[in-house]
Amino acid sequence: MKRLSRAGVPQQVPLVLVASAIVLAALTLIALVAPWIMPHDPGEFISNDVFAAPTRNALLGTDYLGRDLLSRLIASAPLTLGMAFAATMLAHVVGDSLGLYAALRGGWVDAVVSRMVDVILSLPKIIVGLVVLAALGPSVAVIIGICAVVYAAGVFRVARALGNDIVRQDYIVVAQARGEGLGWLLFAEILPQVAAPLASDFAIRMSFAVLFISSLSFLGLGVQPPMADWGGLVRENLDGLQAGSLAAIYPAAAIAITSIALNLLVDSLSERSIQGPAT
Amino acid sequence: MSAPLLDIRGLSIVSEGSGRVIIDNISLSLERGEVLALIGASGSGKTTLALTALGHLRPGLRHRAGAVDLDGENMMEADQAHLRELRGRKVAYVAQSAAAAFNPRMRLEDQVVELDRLSGRESEARAILKARSTFDELGLPRPTELGHRFPHEVSGGQLQRFMIAMGLQQSPPLLVCDEPTSALDVTTQVEVLHILKEAIRNHHTAALFVSHDLAVVAQIATRIAVLRGGQLVEVGPTEQILFAPTQPYTRELIASSRGFNAGSIVSRTRSPETRALLSVRGVKVSYDKPGKGQPVNIALHEASFELQRGEVVAFIGESGSGKSTLARAVAGLHAPFAGKVLLDGRELAGSILDRDKADRHRIQIVFQSADTSLNPRHTVGRTLRRVLDFFGDVPPTERSDRIRELLAMVQLPAAYVSRRPNQLSGGEKQRVNLARALAAQPDVLICDEITSALDNLVAASILQLVDSLRETLGLGVVFVSHDLAAVAQLADQVMVLKNGKVVEQGSTASVLARPVHAYTRLLKASVPELRTTWLTEAASEQATLRDALSPERSPA
Amino acid sequence: MLQFLLRRLPASILLIWLVSVLIFVGCEVLPGDVAQVALGQSATAENVRALRTEFGLDRPALTRYADWLQGIVFHADWGRSITTRTPVSAMLAERLSNTLLLAGVTTLIAVPLALLIGLTMAIRSGSNYDRAASVAILGLAATPEFLIGTIAVLVFAVKLHWLPSTSYLSEGSGLTATARAILLPVGTLVIIATAQIARMTRAIVGNVLALPYIEMARLKGLAGARVVLVHALRNAIGPLANVIALNVAYLVSGVVVVETIFAYPGLARLMADSVQARDLPVVQACAMIFCATYIMLIVAADIIAYACDPKSGSQGRSA
Repeated sequence: MKRLSRAGVPQQVPLVLVASAIVLAALTLIALVAPWIMPHDPGEFISNDVFAAPTRNALLGTDYLGRDLLSRLIASAPLTLGMAFAATMLAHVVGDSLGLYAALRGGWVDAVVSRMVDVILSLPKIIVGLVVLAALGPSVAVIIGICAVVYAAGVFRVARALGNDIVRQDYIVVAQARGEGLGWLLFAEILPQVAAPLASDFAIRMSFAVLFISSLSFLGLGVQPPMADWGGLVRENLDGLQAGSLAAIYPAAAIAITSIALNLLVDSLSERSIQGPAT
Repeated sequence: MSAPLLDIRGLSIVSEGSGRVIIDNISLSLERGEVLALIGASGSGKTTLALTALGHLRPGLRHRAGAVDLDGENMMEADQAHLRELRGRKVAYVAQSAAAAFNPRMRLEDQVVELDRLSGRESEARAILKARSTFDELGLPRPTELGHRFPHEVSGGQLQRFMIAMGLQQSPPLLVCDEPTSALDVTTQVEVLHILKEAIRNHHTAALFVSHDLAVVAQIATRIAVLRGGQLVEVGPTEQILFAPTQPYTRELIASSRGFNAGSIVSRTRSPETRALLSVRGVKVSYDKPGKGQPVNIALHEASFELQRGEVVAFIGESGSGKSTLARAVAGLHAPFAGKVLLDGRELAGSILDRDKADRHRIQIVFQSADTSLNPRHTVGRTLRRVLDFFGDVPPTERSDRIRELLAMVQLPAAYVSRRPNQLSGGEKQRVNLARALAAQPDVLICDEITSALDNLVAASILQLVDSLRETLGLGVVFVSHDLAAVAQLADQVMVLKNGKVVEQGSTASVLARPVHAYTRLLKASVPELRTTWLTEAASEQATLRDALSPERSPA
Repeated sequence: MLQFLLRRLPASILLIWLVSVLIFVGCEVLPGDVAQVALGQSATAENVRALRTEFGLDRPALTRYADWLQGIVFHADWGRSITTRTPVSAMLAERLSNTLLLAGVTTLIAVPLALLIGLTMAIRSGSNYDRAASVAILGLAATPEFLIGTIAVLVFAVKLHWLPSTSYLSEGSGLTATARAILLPVGTLVIIATAQIARMTRAIVGNVLALPYIEMARLKGLAGARVVLVHALRNAIGPLANVIALNVAYLVSGVVVVETIFAYPGLARLMADSVQARDLPVVQACAMIFCATYIMLIVAADIIAYACDPKSGSQGRSA
């Protein structure tokens, strides 16, 4: 009799997995307690020197107005990560339900929504962002909304593909033959199967969202001063590069670290599940 | 005496993660020109053992002890480069599913001669000539033209012959055949088996023949090794194993492979009920989209039968015969475009969603593939409970008891309630499928090839279960199968289908004992029997019957 | 093949047409009076009215749409820019050639490089090279473009003074001058595109390598390189073509950030600036080009996938 132990299989936990998990946990923590761990007020002018080098008082130096870069960096964390998280959550709620529904229903509903999604996907995201932001003005809500719509299309494709694989299985036929309704089929039969791959997609898509929102801010169409997310911080301190200041690099690096950690986490998790126990 | 061609000594192989023993201290040897069969149920380790002759371990397996010597080469210790050199030249592999083994985007001929060409021992032209003469030898028509095709452009039987040709291309002394005929239709199996036996003899190859079917193996093997749970149960010459086995497990295997003879055909007295439980009249099915006028592609031409309570009607045929189509039409999964299905005299709607909820539970269907029939995330208990909750016939307080009852009915321990499908064997999964069908309290149970994916031993127990359920619950059973032996034991009436048409129909006794139609006789002649001489007789009988069916038919 | 094209092309043309409607409607709902924005705060009401008449902005939307579409399809006339009063086609031509230069050079370098990296990783799958390269390209693919770009500027332009920090391209500049001007933006884009494509190549080929006929190829005795390059690759062409098409489309339309960092005169920046200035004819024209490019690239990828699949068209014949 075959009995595959689910949790007890000893596998080496790769370094990458642990490292990325720690980084993400740290970032989440910083975002949550930001107001309490900042050394200075992010708006406070602590020095007359702009783009000053790191000192005891300002561990990363000062920005283009003489404010503490570290504090501004920490203060922007909740905004950056929060917006990306909210947008991705919204994208998944919409994309997953539409995608799974389209897979289950098929027919003309599937055809119509798929064509609409194709049209959305054919528009370059950043251009759509620019146009809509120019129209409606840059506010946190609009940014999150654009990001959500643009990525919902991609999520739709993924959810639909996953759903299609499952819908063909006999146990779905059995349930449909019983006369089970849409709700049961979607939530009890299909969702448990697709939860894991969709969660992976969530993490990766959140990394896209962070990059996208930061790019919009970098172009000047993201959150407006005095609020700033990391992309905005890069933009304001860009001139410092000419003078050799690293002020613009730190927020860009923060974005990179978040994005890389999310991707590495998903990659190492999916590798683990591939090399699962063999018969 | 010269050293054996293949010498396995004290071989042990374990699973890397869990440490479970897959091969437990097995020693076997194979002489040149011999055919050694490895027989056992799935999970017995026979494929793993056979692959070691190629020096190959599937990912996740580790070699713990023992040696495998092929013509003096230590296969377990050899490095990859050396193994590559030996493969094809010293030992070749013939896989079970040729469709999965061929690259769908490369022409067949190219794949067959690929290794020969690359090894530099033959020029391309000579390699192709060699291949084509093998194609001819294996009975492939128009070898040049056929070899130019892609895998999806030839039939299953032809593909399997290409597979064999690929293995024989470099005339290796050892051919490892992994259930090479299991995936084929019954009638094709005979042809391919016959061809394989001749080819092995003509090329003076030795062969390791892996199978779960003792009758098939009896035709081709000189020696048989019985495996169970990674251990060698018994090994000896074919005649001895078949007629004088020493181990109880071997005896069980033989009992379950007994093929069928006229004596095993069931005959029950028909009850004098006037109204049939299930009445199917003039049903025709097509997979064309519903539109105006008559459909063009007809999957099932007119079919009719009547079924009483406690009776079994069987649909027999090969792939594409329409038997599953008919079963699904009765179940309401695919509405027929003509004809009626009546339950207790009342007509049912074509599609199950149009039927009354009260009627929906009365006909239940169990599918072939246990893997896709159960939601991998649901426990057995949840699966069964949902059916009870949905139909609501059993009061909520009694549902847990009912679940226990259902599990007992299918002979599974009550503790299985908390198990998930990945913790069940193939046979156990099918039992759960049956329990799920029974939970709906059906009057008619449709079994769509439910034993086709199971080993003979397990299949036999499932068949017994279905029979006892029929008896105790008074179910009407529709049994779809390609396995004549199973049908003979179980069914009261039989319908033989071919290419969507019913070619013969009647009581099991008359149809199977004295078949009229050539196709029925062909099917009957294709059931392997436990005699070593059966194959040659069957091959020639098949040839005659095929000619009777259609004179210009090319081999499958 | 012909049947496939006959089915796909009308669908694609329909899609492009739908996109044109979407773009037009999108621009209609942009708030802010176009003429007002173009002339600035100090414009008099008269001037604004004059501008509106000049550009036909007082006519009903449907008429304007019909004219615009007709102009493009029959006369290759994309209208006139409100800001510069010059024909949009001229602006497009210049910027388009710059964009094509950037995208073309990047593609020529990145695609072969990415395929090389991805395939060698697949051939040596599981090895240290594979694992290390995996982490590296993943890291690069996840890094924001502006980080790579700003570091490039910092290192090569500011600190080392090897290359100009902004790209000044002019007509008729020699090969060397052009090369120096575009080296940094191309380098940045090559890093990004190579990482993306290599990552997907490794994943796609990895998936194919898990299929049963690959195990069979190995059991036949074929070596790793041949298994990947001859057996696996031809089955991966469909998805690979798709990935490359997506990346090339990105190089044409999505590189706003890189163009901004290096002040490169490409189409994406033209679009961004025009959006700010509400220069609608230019916005519409750029949007159409981007979408049409994306759709054409995807169709091209599908055609390649179709051509490489022997199952296309026929359902398979049995003997």
